[in-house]
Amino acid sequence: MVLKVFFPSCCSWADSGIVVGRWVPEQSSAVVLAVLHFPFIPAQVRQYLSQVQRVTGVSVAVLGSWSNSREEKEERLSEFLEDLGTIFSHEPWIQISKEGDSKFWSCSTLQTHSKNPKKEEIILVYYDQRKVMLSHLHPPLDAAACPEHRAGAASKLSAIFDTVGKSKILFMTDRYDDGPIKMTHWQSDGVEASIIVELMKQASVPACMLLSCLLWLISGLCQSRVLKVWPLSFLWSKLSTCEQLGHRLQHLQAISSSTKAQNHTQLMRKANIFVSLLIDVALGILLMSWLYRKNRIGHLADTLIPVADHVAEELQDLLQWLMGAPAGLKMNRALDQVLGRFFLYHIHLWISYIHLLSPFIEMILWYVGLSACLGLTVALCILSDIIALLTFHIYCFYVYGARLYCLKICGLASLWRLFRGKKWNVLRQRVDSCSYDLDQLFIGTLLFTILLFLLPTTALYYLVFTLLRLLVVVVQGLIHLLVDLIDSLPLYSIILRLCRSYRLA
Amino acid sequence: EERGYRSASGAPITLRRRQHSASCRELTVRCPRLQLRSLSAVTSAVWLAAYGLFVLSENSMVLSAAIFITLVGLIVYLHFVKIDQESLLVIGSLGIQVTSSYASGKESTTFIEMGQVKDVVINEAIYMQKVIYYLCILLQDPGDPQGVSEVVPLFQSSKPRLDCLIEVYKSCQEILEQRKTTPQSS
Repeated sequence: MVLKVFFPSCCSWADSGIVVGRWVPEQSSAVVLAVLHFPFIPAQVRQYLSQVQRVTGVSVAVLGSWSNSREEKEERLSEFLEDLGTIFSHEPWIQISKEGDSKFWSCSTLQTHSKNPKKEEIILVYYDQRKVMLSHLHPPLDAAACPEHRAGAASKLSAIFDTVGKSKILFMTDRYDDGPIKMTHWQSDGVEASIIVELMKQASVPACMLLSCLLWLISGLCQSRVLKVWPLSFLWSKLSTCEQLGHRLQHLQAISSSTKAQNHTQLMRKANIFVSLLIDVALGILLMSWLYRKNRIGHLADTLIPVADHVAEELQDLLQWLMGAPAGLKMNRALDQVLGRFFLYHIHLWISYIHLLSPFIEMILWYVGLSACLGLTVALCILSDIIALLTFHIYCFYVYGARLYCLKICGLASLWRLFRGKKWNVLRQRVDSCSYDLDQLFIGTLLFTILLFLLPTTALYYLVFTLLRLLVVVVQGLIHLLVDLIDSLPLYSIILRLCRSYRLA
Repeated sequence: EERGYRSASGAPITLRRRQHSASCRELTVRCPRLQLRSLSAVTSAVWLAAYGLFVLSENSMVLSAAIFITLVGLIVYLHFVKIDQESLLVIGSLGIQVTSSYASGKESTTFIEMGQVKDVVINEAIYMQKVIYYLCILLQDPGDPQGVSEVVPLFQSSKPRLDCLIEVYKSCQEILEQRKTTPQSS
């Protein structure tokens, strides 16, 4: 097979030395990790490499020699390098050399024990060690494939990526250190570390512990028996704000847990939750600062009552229209008047309650607006809840209309069966024939006729109020869609894909 | 070396072959360039429509919007749509790399390992009212040694004709044959 040598681009300016890395015999490829410089003692080199091998599990060995001669070619150096091949016996011994400033390299192998010495072709692959080091190659998570196939079908190049990724400890020592080993690799330009990242790592442990204690207290409070009494628990389940707050509490618990993430997906999930929480709170604080400037809360409270009045007036007009001859249809006068007056009285009650509340609206809004600092999603949920509360009368009308209509339809269906001489058998859950008495038939037919002729009126009221309720539900649904979007958008992954895509192999 | 051919729609394309070593070849197909007359036709159509709207509505924002739209549309077209050249780099025992470079200089590459490549073949396809030939890479199905898990078509925007595809096919097969003759273990 063709021999492949993976050489890091950062070592191309290094001084002469021996080349250290891993030899993968199945693919006939050599992954070079670093260049070790003269002077060195072979025994110490062997000891160091076996240490590294024990810690990382990667079989690191001396693979060959690298010579970067800036002056003209020296005969003695090349002989010396060949002799090194006998000290560190490795099969095949790779010799890479670069002359002066020429762009061309020469790469050859020395095989002392091969049976048929033929000129083998060598492919030199130049790789950026930093990016390969930081990128993770993830195998596709296919649980359905059987394990032995998966082992065979695993990408062969993942061995290369894994070799570089696992040899982190090799990159700790440097040519500028004072030890017996002097190496050149991607960290030779200076060990890369960021002060901010290190500080954050140190600070994150006590912060996590504090956060988890706090969350334990809060969740203990929420689970207490007082809040689980029946009316209150029903209320909590209906308000979407409580649901969203519970959701966020769960997220915080997931982040502040002290166990490290097991695999990559868990790490990404944690990071996504963290970034989405951060953005949420930032947007919420922005919204709050915009709302509390120039007394916008006061303006909002001032316009709320006239808007509620306007909606009530529109509803009254609608009901008057229904009580007349809507769209040219002729309604049953009596039923129409009854239903119309009933709903009008309801609206009147509602308006009086709103007017009762009007002096307190501004204060309530001011305090509720403070909760926007918990996040934009919480503010949106509060908005949706306020809309639900303000249009409560539409919801009531819908419920009344639906109940009436449902009762009417049930009555009609059962009387229709009576009309044809059949009955619903509850035991057998089917329609059976039945012989009715004469007076039963008479009353049944009368009732059937009455219900049938009252049907258009009820149906029209049902239709109108269902459409209104649908409108409110659509508006609330849009707000909830926005909240879900903010909750579940994986912002960290998106930012990572745009900025450092080599980390997301 | 470089030779001229024709694409499926009749436009002139060029194929350049470079042999880097015995087991490494690079084949580049250069697509037809953006024609000046089509560019000016589209621009004048958009601007005439904008001028017509301006005459109807007396609003000068229409003209500046048309200019802006034309510029943005040209940039988006050059960066995301117009492919300048497509190249195939075959390295025996390592893999196949497919590169498309766009007119704005952006390059997008895909690398397929040699272990996953089953074969490179020329297929026929019915495209609208024509039958065209295209070159594609067949990927091995890991579960089934005889099966094909995926078909990766090559040179999709330049669409060379059969004579060009035969040259590319011959070059690829010379390298792919080598992996069958050399034994797997070193």
